[in-house]
Amino acid sequence: MAEQTVIEAVRQTMLAEMKRDDSVIVLGEDVGSRGGVFLATDGLVEEFGENRVIDTPLAESSICGVALGAAVNGMRPIAEIQFADFVWPAINQLVGEASKVRYGTNGVKNAPMTVRVPYGGGVRGGLYHSQSIEVLFAHTPGLSVVAPATPYDAKGLLVSAIRSNDPVIVLEHKRTYRLVKGDVPEENYSIPIGNAEIKRPGSDLSIFTYGLMLHYSLQAAEMAAASGLNVEVVDLRTLRPLDEETIAESASRTGKALIIQEDTPAVSISSEVAAIIGEKCFFDLDGPITRLGPPEIPPMPFSPVQEAAFMPSPEKILDAINKLAQI
Amino acid sequence: MSATANQSSKTSNTTGRLSGDRLVELYRTMVLSRYLDERVWLLNRQGKAAIAASAQGHEATQVACIEATDPSQDHYLIYYRQFTAMLALGTEPEEMLRGFLAKEADPMNAARQFPLHGAHPRVDLFNFSNVIATQLPQAAGVALADKLKGSDAVTIVFFGDGASSQGDTHEAMNFAGVHKLPVIFFCENNRYAISVPLENQMGIESVASRASGYGFPGVQVDGTDVLAVHEAMTAAVDRARAGDGPTLIEASVERLLPHTTDDDHTRYRSADDIEKMSDRDPISIMSELLKRSDLLTDSQDESIHANAKKRVNHATDTVDAEPYPGVESMFDHVLEGSANGGNS
Amino acid sequence: MNIELPHVGESVTEAVIGKWLKSPGDRVEKYDPLVEVVTDKVNMEVPSPASGTLINIIAKEGETVLMGAVIAEMDSEDASGEPATPGSNVESTQSPAPNRIGTLVQGSNVGPTGGEFLDTSLGVTETSSPTSTPTTASGAANGSRKQKGFSPVVSRLAAQHGIDLLTITGTGLGGRVTKKDVLAAVENGGSSAPGSAAHRPSEEDTIIEPSPIRKMIADHMVKSMSEIPHAWSAIEVDVTGMVKWRAQNRQEFEATNGVKLTYLPITLSVVANSLVSNPRINSSWQDGKIVLKGDVNVSVAVAAEGGLVVPVVHKAAGTSIADLAKKIAGVVTRARSGSMSLEDVQGGTFTLNNTGALGSVWGGAIINHPQAAILTTEAIVKRPVVVVANGIDSVVIRSMMNICLSFDHRIIDGAEASEFLQSVKSGIEAITAQSELK
Repeated sequence: MAEQTVIEAVRQTMLAEMKRDDSVIVLGEDVGSRGGVFLATDGLVEEFGENRVIDTPLAESSICGVALGAAVNGMRPIAEIQFADFVWPAINQLVGEASKVRYGTNGVKNAPMTVRVPYGGGVRGGLYHSQSIEVLFAHTPGLSVVAPATPYDAKGLLVSAIRSNDPVIVLEHKRTYRLVKGDVPEENYSIPIGNAEIKRPGSDLSIFTYGLMLHYSLQAAEMAAASGLNVEVVDLRTLRPLDEETIAESASRTGKALIIQEDTPAVSISSEVAAIIGEKCFFDLDGPITRLGPPEIPPMPFSPVQEAAFMPSPEKILDAINKLAQI
Repeated sequence: MSATANQSSKTSNTTGRLSGDRLVELYRTMVLSRYLDERVWLLNRQGKAAIAASAQGHEATQVACIEATDPSQDHYLIYYRQFTAMLALGTEPEEMLRGFLAKEADPMNAARQFPLHGAHPRVDLFNFSNVIATQLPQAAGVALADKLKGSDAVTIVFFGDGASSQGDTHEAMNFAGVHKLPVIFFCENNRYAISVPLENQMGIESVASRASGYGFPGVQVDGTDVLAVHEAMTAAVDRARAGDGPTLIEASVERLLPHTTDDDHTRYRSADDIEKMSDRDPISIMSELLKRSDLLTDSQDESIHANAKKRVNHATDTVDAEPYPGVESMFDHVLEGSANGGNS
Repeated sequence: MNIELPHVGESVTEAVIGKWLKSPGDRVEKYDPLVEVVTDKVNMEVPSPASGTLINIIAKEGETVLMGAVIAEMDSEDASGEPATPGSNVESTQSPAPNRIGTLVQGSNVGPTGGEFLDTSLGVTETSSPTSTPTTASGAANGSRKQKGFSPVVSRLAAQHGIDLLTITGTGLGGRVTKKDVLAAVENGGSSAPGSAAHRPSEEDTIIEPSPIRKMIADHMVKSMSEIPHAWSAIEVDVTGMVKWRAQNRQEFEATNGVKLTYLPITLSVVANSLVSNPRINSSWQDGKIVLKGDVNVSVAVAAEGGLVVPVVHKAAGTSIADLAKKIAGVVTRARSGSMSLEDVQGGTFTLNNTGALGSVWGGAIINHPQAAILTTEAIVKRPVVVVANGIDSVVIRSMMNICLSFDHRIIDGAEASEFLQSVKSGIEAITAQSELK
């Protein structure tokens, strides 16, 4: 079993899937000889040629529109959006079009396409290299949205996305690319879309989170353990459909729910998780459903001081754990 | 290559690659389209068809365009005005009406979408949405897949002059030009984006002239002239099948009726402008051409009209009595495996 | 000063040291290229952070170094360079089990700390205002907290296990009773767990959606039982005289007045007079005060279609039995026909419930909120009774009736209740066949 970073797991997975299935192609800005700005596609053009690893013009709507067209004509395209912040021109082709292909044609057509979107902050990215864009996609019936935070999950969920017969948005947190290393089995495996995972079992309260915040939450849970608190950490992994069963089971068992996210909280994933817990776990709750997120300002300032103030951190999460635990 | 002028003379007295019999067949489809189109508007005024866009004025260009393609392998990405094109591709009048009346048996989208949206059950014709010009990048993708597969298929994507303003149109043509894709951008220019006239849409005379910016030919044709459109399309299809890349065809047509049943074009078109359009009615032009070429007699023409009317009456009676889809099918096909029960 | 490998590039955490462009002992100007490094994303030259002399190269060529780690030392003219903080660069030893979660490559470099804590829901318990007094576990605070602060799970568990939450000392914030506290109480035997399964309807059960009247009655009963601390007292009354009086006067009474003569107007007359002499019984607990009612308006419980109704006989004290009988007949008729006016149901100060009509001999009625008491008159039965005549006990057959009083213990103590019951008893027992009753 090899230890890999998240980005290496992503790259290796695409390599393996392209070897396995000729219909898998990659397209995006700089994905060819540059290997992608994060090097997720490093070496792929050498292996599979320019027909299957396509350097596109700098135009996101056509990247996703072309991927959609190819998908309805027998391909399994993986479109790379260079930075999540640049996905907005392509929203129409994804939220407006791809999500409704199967439904709008009564099942005659379907769009087996994957869109990889590096997102998130804490990388000195300022307003346009730091955004979290998950909400709009996660709001849309007909799309699936996954957000793996570990190398193991990055592989398993990317495999599921590529092999899915419907469009899947794969959110990869930029900060985790080279920050997180973990074991990735070489053999073929996949993780079903829609399954959350308890990454750290506990009994005093449940944290629900995803992406980079998973790692910060795990750190905070370790710190809390020093003062005798036993914190459970649930990695949502899939943001649409949310794993309501796992969420409700954990919240009901511990009676206290703390939702951590890097995205601004208003009308967000944390809102939805809170609603699920409110609806399904009311009579098991022993404290207010609590959310921790950044302030409601455009994410996120370029100033290192302001960026640090914006991002949730293990210390801030620990603070939230302690407050909720003592209620 | 820059835009070229109409390469087929209107005074042409040959029938080009089309036989006389085929021309009469195309005319038959055009007449059927006209009667069915008129019927749909009547159904709207009866409160039965929620909305309709019309292809009246576009019939010639659509039959001629389809005639130059191979429905057994080619792809057609339409928008909401390809009424005649759908009939030309073998869609039955009943099938068309089911879409307009939102009936359970609607083959395109099971009454989930507006008419002329969804996907055709027999030929690869589809239209995913109402959003203008989104089909163009998708067409480039469809063509890209054919190129990767080594297929001979050609992709034809229809759009109007209004869609030519969209960024997606530029992105699609640019991408197709880069990759020399087997795609034909077929613009039906009826001079109005709902109410906005051409001079307020573009600073140039012709949409076709834009092709030079993408490195492929742009051709302007008279869309009321079946022979001219067919000739331009044949050249474009040959070029695409040969692997030489895209063509942009701009067919000038008239939109004889308002944008849709919800529109009133007297609010923005002069009486004179509306009056003059009747000179460019493709049905009359085609009828005259056929008679001038001794391919059609007056009595045959009358019979074609009478048969079309009969066919449309029959289809209307049949479909009008059919049921709407019930609530139970509402949850089908959100995602794979989500039939009945749904998967949010 | 220490020279650190700078953080360069989004998502990049480490770099491979390439060729060193300066050697130890070399004079170096600020911004001079110092060393070539190779990251996942770029190759670059690292410039010198200061002017001075390079003393020592720590990171060797070909070595992979985490960003922020010390790669060299220099003798700098501007000694403001901060010492690096080594130590956190060492990766933890690998655990034998597959690490599917992943470890962070660089603990100290995990990312910015800080961040805004949005905890709207927790805000209530914070004392951010410098002028506010710190919360202490004062009894009063505890009390009010306990009244309002039970979480859903605490309430549910308490109900399930029959635990009085007011008896539990909370360990939560501000003395809040937590889920753990309740579970601990259950462990310690505070439980009478009836088991929630018993409450769930089974397939054999019939479920009836209550009528609006039924719901109103239910709400009213719950309100009374949960707000009023009920206490009960009862007494036997020898009604032989009253029975005889009624038998003797019935025919004439009904002919004169046009209404039936039952025992109800007779007992009502006595009860009304007793209420006048025992004003506490004819009162109400309102906003922490006892309100003695000026009028004696007696509510009479009546079984009507759909449920219990309680019309009011206004100004019952001092009213003749004949007039009471007419009033009762009027309101009862209106109650049973569903045509009561608002006045018919308003203003009651005490309730009389003739449960005896249904054969009951004993009862513990629920007070008609917000009144202070309710009296039931039970069935009249002939019983052998020991009487004392001329100092000799003997058993005789008498008509006996129990009267039961439920009373609000906030207002009325047992002595007062007994006094009232005795007053009614003597009032009724004073009646003989020859009495001239009005």
